[in-house]
Amino acid sequence: MENTYLIKTEKLVKVYPMGQQSLVALDGIDLAFTEGEFAGLVGPSGSGKTTLLNIIGSLDVPTSGSAMTMGKKIEELSHQEAAELRNKHIGFIFQTFNLLPVYNVFENVEFPLLLLEYTASERKRAVMESLERVHLQDRWKSKPSQLSGGQSQRVAIARAIVKKPAIVLADEPTANLDAENSHNVLRIMENLNRDLGTTFLFSTHDEKVIGYLRRKISLIDGKAAKDEKITDALKGSN
Amino acid sequence: MIKFILKGIFRDRSRSLFPIIVVIGGVMLSVVLYSWMKGFEKDIVRANANFRSGHLIIMSKAYSGNSDQMPNDLAYIGCSDLIGDLNNEHPGIIWQPRIRFAGLIDVPDENGETMSQGPIVGLGADLISPSTIEPDVLNLNGAIVSGGLPLKAGEMLITDELAQRLNIKPGQTATIITTTMYGSLTTFNMVVCGTIRFGIAAMDRGLVIADIGDIRRGLDMNDAAGEIVGFFSNGSYLAERAESVAESFNMDNSGSGDDFAPVMYTLLEHSGLAATLKMYKSVSGVLISIFITAMSIVLWNAGLLGSIRRYGEFGIRLAIGESQGHLYRFLIAESTLIGLFGTIIGTAFGLLFSLYLQEVGINISSMLKNASIVISDVLRAQITPTSYIIGFVPGLAATLLGSSISGIGIYRRQTSQLTKEFEA
Repeated sequence: MENTYLIKTEKLVKVYPMGQQSLVALDGIDLAFTEGEFAGLVGPSGSGKTTLLNIIGSLDVPTSGSAMTMGKKIEELSHQEAAELRNKHIGFIFQTFNLLPVYNVFENVEFPLLLLEYTASERKRAVMESLERVHLQDRWKSKPSQLSGGQSQRVAIARAIVKKPAIVLADEPTANLDAENSHNVLRIMENLNRDLGTTFLFSTHDEKVIGYLRRKISLIDGKAAKDEKITDALKGSN
Repeated sequence: MIKFILKGIFRDRSRSLFPIIVVIGGVMLSVVLYSWMKGFEKDIVRANANFRSGHLIIMSKAYSGNSDQMPNDLAYIGCSDLIGDLNNEHPGIIWQPRIRFAGLIDVPDENGETMSQGPIVGLGADLISPSTIEPDVLNLNGAIVSGGLPLKAGEMLITDELAQRLNIKPGQTATIITTTMYGSLTTFNMVVCGTIRFGIAAMDRGLVIADIGDIRRGLDMNDAAGEIVGFFSNGSYLAERAESVAESFNMDNSGSGDDFAPVMYTLLEHSGLAATLKMYKSVSGVLISIFITAMSIVLWNAGLLGSIRRYGEFGIRLAIGESQGHLYRFLIAESTLIGLFGTIIGTAFGLLFSLYLQEVGINISSMLKNASIVISDVLRAQITPTSYIIGFVPGLAATLLGSSISGIGIYRRQTSQLTKEFEA
């Protein structure tokens, strides 16, 4: 049964030392996510959303408890193993897009495939397919500085999905976008989730994002206060 | 991946142009400084060898004790036989007799009355015989300002500065007033055939050069010479061989106890250059080391700052799935490319500038007006094999070291923290 979970946390605790004192960012989180979910961690700033995403994405390690992603215990992974996990199974989307400014759109999307040692023709096919999914196939030569915020975030999405990861972790993906671009980006991610079966896990406090979620986990002071499934009927009411 | 690295380097000027310019500048300065120091060292040796001591010098024991005073009454007599023996024993060394003397030069007017007069230092050397090397050793062709070299007996060269002071021109006759080997006053007339300038302030003030045959006649020094100088036929001073030849010669000639027995000195012994060069080498070694170290710190910091500035980029790349080891190696590869590229260009520029300094030099004659040391007033560089590689220390090693140290941050910092730095 456990194997069906892509992500599972048990009594997950993360404490940041702050001088003499310490800050409890996550306080005993128990969550599990299966394939194809479109879920969000919702809560105010400082509630632990990003910390939880970082641990699930093997960018950080728990202080105690356990986090398992794609069957790998995050706390037991070496740096190399964590990098392999991210490389093969996880795509990241950040609030500030985080495109590499000296590379053009094609090269930014291509980068994860270089690490996976795809051949040039495989890379070209995958990059163009990924750019088509975010409707940017005509902008593959553009530099990040020549793109709007919405376009930049779509490139970041293309980069996250180009290797067809099982999980995409999106940290406040619409925070720097206007309403129209936010909806465009969210619809693209929704389509990818439906077409590719990719699990999307958001951290957000943006109502626009929340409106697209099929599962909403409310984090308050590092605790999972509420975990609710949102049916289509409920989504319609949002 | 290499293509990816190169694209990044060339497109991001702050990653390529600025670091490369810093490396080029640092390497170029290092190469020029090193070559210039070497050139200065070689100039000192060459000037002293050519104009004073040869690579080896033979004098009578008595003359050698007061050689600065040019005591020709103590000169060595029987030069022909001695030179003949030396030629047989040391075929790789060319021996030339020289006579130095001090005196006055008197320039008459059209009535034969003294028009101008001044003190001189005279040098008699073999300028006329077909096999002589002296015009080349003394670089007389290069030193000619007006007129030409002596072609026959009775002709002499005087320095241009002296000629201007005495208002004498090539073609005019002047009288040399000095003492013979035996202490009596002597005067003899010679025709000025040319004026010369060596670029050595101590010599350019008042030197007269004539063929040794004329000087021997004038000073009554038949088959005698104050000094017999020897030059290695390849033109370079060979310290170990010089010491060996001098030691062997002195061993053969030291038994008689005769004050007029010949004694041989090496260039370094006679000119006092040994201590000077030792000190110069130490000082220049320290200076070059300090400079190379300073340059290394500058370039190390450039590498350090360049990498620290990119911590955010490293964070996002780690998030995408690049391993820390791969990223670190990527950083090192980038630094190697920048360091290598900058070092090669910097070395090329440094060598070009050094070549200019080697061929043309920098004239410092205005600083040497009253100098009495035999030193060229044109400072020149000397390109040596080390000049080609010295720049790699600051250019490549220091840049790599800077990147290697700053790259450790990739391992020390939390990956999630690095990602935040990108967002900041």
